[in-house]
Amino acid sequence: MLTPAEWSIILLSLRVSIVAVLLTLPLAYALAWLIARRRFPGRMLLDAAIHLPLVLPPVVTGWLLLLLLGRGGPIGGWLDRTFGVTLVFHWTGAAVAAAVMALPLMVRAMRLSIEAVDRRLVDAARTLGASPGRAFFTITLPLSAPGIAAGAMLGFARSLGEFGATITFAANIAGQTRTLPLAIYTGLQLPGGEGAVARLAVISIVLSLGALLVSEWLVRRSQGSRAHVL
Amino acid sequence: MSFDLDCTVQPGDRPIRASFSSNARLTALVGPSGAGKTSVLNAIAGTLHPISGRIVAAGEVLFDSAAGVDLPPEARGAGYVFQDARLFPHRRVLANLTYGEKLARRAGWIGRDEVVDLLGIGHLLDRWPATLSGGEVRRVAIARALLCAPRFLLLDEPLSSLDAEKAERLAALIERIRDEISVPILLVSHSAEEVERLAEQVVTLT
Repeated sequence: MLTPAEWSIILLSLRVSIVAVLLTLPLAYALAWLIARRRFPGRMLLDAAIHLPLVLPPVVTGWLLLLLLGRGGPIGGWLDRTFGVTLVFHWTGAAVAAAVMALPLMVRAMRLSIEAVDRRLVDAARTLGASPGRAFFTITLPLSAPGIAAGAMLGFARSLGEFGATITFAANIAGQTRTLPLAIYTGLQLPGGEGAVARLAVISIVLSLGALLVSEWLVRRSQGSRAHVL
Repeated sequence: MSFDLDCTVQPGDRPIRASFSSNARLTALVGPSGAGKTSVLNAIAGTLHPISGRIVAAGEVLFDSAAGVDLPPEARGAGYVFQDARLFPHRRVLANLTYGEKLARRAGWIGRDEVVDLLGIGHLLDRWPATLSGGEVRRVAIARALLCAPRFLLLDEPLSSLDAEKAERLAALIERIRDEISVPILLVSHSAEEVERLAEQVVTLT
């Protein structure tokens, strides 16, 4: 069975991933909506920038985070001076790294679901007296909800597996930033760590598979529900 | 004046000029398919922006490019029955009906019970739109438009794809609205018989 240390690794991983997803959710939806529904100069550039963490080596993403959010960086220094908050070497830093890496996947899932909302329904809501804001909250948002949920599960699964950006930006500190992948990596470095590695690897597979299945189920359910519900 | 239009819209490659004025209670807009009949309705409802011109409906200026007037759709007071109905799939029939009713900016000229009774949709209120037949969808869409307290009605092929009996009932209902309620109606139709029966004035779009 799992040792207390292994349980704390799992709980830390879940905490980091859940915070990362909750942190990213509103921003990801706002970006997805902008790209799906608005035409503005720089739209392609914004789209490319969002997708950058998907194609960059994660180590580079981690290094960029370090430059920006490290104690000497412009944002990190400000956070430190103003709030006394330090992200580096802290679990919140791991959450930020996971959030940045999860963002592109979440935006993609949400963008597809927003694009699938028939604009003519929004037009219909407007002719019935709804302001643009009300039409958004009563039509676009509920109809794209399955995409929000699917994007969140996908982002959660991605966050659970985050390694490169995390170890570069937040480092590998037991109890703070040593999430499942980092713990597995650390176990591999130690003689006699194979048992712990195997147990943690199985946990990783179960959690990731679970998140993917839930995400898939949400998408399927949303596609079929309206035809069957009565 | 019921409707007074002189505007140019361009939904596709080709600009469409619509210029007519009508004081009739029910005006029919006819023309070959692709002439832009639906685009004219969209321009009046405010979901399509004309390139230029002026649109007046039920005595109110809705759009005037020269004067810089362009009311948003929610302020125009259109009761628009779309050709494709556009019921909200995530709301039951009753919630579709009350959507516009709750947002109405003026007193309605017909109550919900009366509309439901008139259109015979009382047994559908708890149903989801996806479970309705084509005729039922059309009737719910008409009810929804009537309940938003519209200042004028835009009906896009309201009787098409209905069987003869249902079409007759709806035509009779449109006649009643035309004769009993002073709400100007603009009807798009490709049926000469329907136009002959309902319209007081016919506008041909080419």
